[in-house]
Amino acid sequence: MSENPHSTPAAARRRKRRHARERRFRMIGAAGIFAALAALLLLLGSILLRGLPAFTQHEVNLELDFANAFGGGSAISADDAEALQSADYGAIVKHSLRRLFPDVQSRRERRQLNALLSRGAAFELRDRVLANPALVQARPVLRLPLSDDADLFLREGGASRARPESERRLSDAQIAWLDALAADGRIERVFAWRFLSRGDSREPELAGLWGAVLGSFWTLLVTLLIAFPSGVAAAIYLEEFAPKNRWTDLIEVNINNLAAVPSIVFGLLGLALFLNFLQLPRSAPLVGGMVLSLMTLPTVIVAARAAIAAVPPAVREAALSVGASLPQMVFHHVLPLALPGILTGTIIGMARALGETAPLLMIGMVAFIADLPSGPTAPSSALPVQIYLWADSPERAFVAKTSAAILVLLSFLMAMNLAAVLLRNRFERRW
Amino acid sequence: MNAAGLLALIALAAAAFWLGRRRALSLAQGTPGAARPHSRPVYHGHYAALCCSLPALAALLMVLAAKPLAAESPRFAAALRAALLIAPLAAGGAGLAFALRRIGVALRARSSVERALRALLAGCSALAILVTLGIVLSLFFEAARFFELVHWSEFLFSLKWSPQTAIRADQVGSSGAFGAVPVFAGTLLITAIAMCVAAPIGLFSAIYLSEYASPRARALAKPLLEILAGIPTVVYGFFAALTVGPGLRALAERIAGSGLPLAPQIFGSVSSESALAAGLVMGVMIIPYVSSLSDDVIAAVPQALREGSLGLGATQSETIRRVVLPAALPGIVGALLLAVSRAIGETMIVVMAAGLSARLTANPFEAVTTVTVQIVTLLVGDQEFDSAKTLAAFALGLALFLITLTLNVAALLVVRRYREQYE
Repeated sequence: MSENPHSTPAAARRRKRRHARERRFRMIGAAGIFAALAALLLLLGSILLRGLPAFTQHEVNLELDFANAFGGGSAISADDAEALQSADYGAIVKHSLRRLFPDVQSRRERRQLNALLSRGAAFELRDRVLANPALVQARPVLRLPLSDDADLFLREGGASRARPESERRLSDAQIAWLDALAADGRIERVFAWRFLSRGDSREPELAGLWGAVLGSFWTLLVTLLIAFPSGVAAAIYLEEFAPKNRWTDLIEVNINNLAAVPSIVFGLLGLALFLNFLQLPRSAPLVGGMVLSLMTLPTVIVAARAAIAAVPPAVREAALSVGASLPQMVFHHVLPLALPGILTGTIIGMARALGETAPLLMIGMVAFIADLPSGPTAPSSALPVQIYLWADSPERAFVAKTSAAILVLLSFLMAMNLAAVLLRNRFERRW
Repeated sequence: MNAAGLLALIALAAAAFWLGRRRALSLAQGTPGAARPHSRPVYHGHYAALCCSLPALAALLMVLAAKPLAAESPRFAAALRAALLIAPLAAGGAGLAFALRRIGVALRARSSVERALRALLAGCSALAILVTLGIVLSLFFEAARFFELVHWSEFLFSLKWSPQTAIRADQVGSSGAFGAVPVFAGTLLITAIAMCVAAPIGLFSAIYLSEYASPRARALAKPLLEILAGIPTVVYGFFAALTVGPGLRALAERIAGSGLPLAPQIFGSVSSESALAAGLVMGVMIIPYVSSLSDDVIAAVPQALREGSLGLGATQSETIRRVVLPAALPGIVGALLLAVSRAIGETMIVVMAAGLSARLTANPFEAVTTVTVQIVTLLVGDQEFDSAKTLAAFALGLALFLITLTLNVAALLVVRRYREQYE
């Protein structure tokens, strides 16, 4: 009588080994997912940690003495528009700061003291005075931005203080002045509204993202206006009208390929065709939008085709059976039912276009532009390009700015994707 | 043509629509018993609008095409400016008059409008072909001009790449060197590193998600992985340049100082811009491409194959390794090919983290350059279109396009053939 081969000790050992291998394999699989998610967490976490501080900045409260700066004690009247325009606001700001530190005498020291304030402080003062001329009569206490070096120092505190003077951006004297200002309660950490409302600037404490947001808005508007109608039209033709032949096969192969062409190649096309051949303006959202629309087109076509194909044939047959023509059937019955799906796909395509950088570099949307773009043909930057430009800047304060800009970009992307998901959940019909 | 002129044209077309529709409505309200129009009034409106706007557009294009002639005499230029406004409006008006004359009981307005609509739709679908054609032509012509200046064999086989030519012809080094081998080698190195990260992680994630994970875990993990694909590449680039690059350098310096044999030679000269940093981050970026495509093909393997294997007593991992994966292999290969094509064409990560020096090296700790980085550096900033430097970017772009096209077509063919097998 032979023994059951599955219950021998050798078989039990083999089984144990096989089960151990099973557990190992499973763990490797789980480890793959954890590795990917850990990378995601590290990426988002590092950007969040770096970026959040950039939404605040340090400012100093200064009592401004207009009387002296307008020339020997004779205060000017608030009605004198000419004098208000041409006044030396830089001198007013410097003078007001120096009054707090009477012992600062030498030229070098004075320059160092002035360097604590942002170079934009004088311009901001001018803007505020022009908006409210009555300020010059009083001795107002106004809050003005500190320079990026002072701002960074106040953030880092002890760590920066411990370093020797030669390795710091601020001298010992400057630190002492900052300490004095802080002890007076003059320094405040406030929300950096400049970051969200201004255009780009060479000074990190003044640089803002609004110009890039506007640039991205115009770019995406052009993209949407081109890609959406032509993409939907192409999808309708391919799904509902096109005969199955070589030509439509060729079109399909083309669409699939375009979806996988590297984005920088679209940039080269834009450079050679739109800028070089058609002589359209450089750095303009118009051209950027045209290039991105060519890139988004395959996404829109594929999504629209899927949505149109999902409309059940019964709808089409019912329309045709009561005498609708083919176009009437498509535009009165199929398209309205497919529209939520088409819009979802379009929003996702737009989100991808919003994050695209490389093609915009090719068509020159990478210049330093401080003005807010006024329209699709005005030179402008775009959100991802602004991130690239700031990431390249040598000033350390731009690191936080870059991360904060990334946070803004990611929140736009999140909002768009959320809108797509909501749209799908709200309107999608299962047949 | 300015905005006001365009607005005038649009207004004219709208007026045409309204007039045509009103004309048809008055026909329909004729004496009872009389013949009714063939189409509904709205189609007559569209008919009139089309008859008005198509000739106007044609006239506009003709005037625009004549624009280069304007350079010859100022008088002609002035006439052209006037024609730009007048000709389209005149053509549109004539078209409108024609349409209003034709609108009657017998006019098959709907058929005409639908024919035009169909042509428009077909035209839009041909746009995809036009784009491809535009890419090929623009790359090809600029690249051809480049190969007039630099022999193709130098471009393909020479080992020295230094395209930053001097601005004036008489300066030293004005010729430049255009051997693209180091550029291709750098691309290959970074792509290989990226695939070393993405292939195992993506594949194992796909296997776990499709074979082991509970529906809830899958519903949670899959969208999270997809987030990786949705993050803009410039964000990855910033991460690579600011977190991963310096982190790797610190690590390498520690290893170099550890006293291991050969460590100082290999790890001594690590810069914060390295192929490794760019490759690692790029690998993370393409994980979702590998995982979601592989997930699809693994899920498409018929359940009967799994059940047969499990029924014979194989464990789940044995089933996966010996039955499911071999069955899904063509699809997985296709997914990997697509991922490679993504990695080769990726721009921002390498621009920000890989460096500019065209070095022929296999050491991942050194800075290398890639095709896309070179295209960006050659073309960003001021450029004139007749220097070899700018044209070289188009030659590189052509190479990039051809390589990725080949990979994509190969991947599509592999995947398509595989799908037919089981459906």
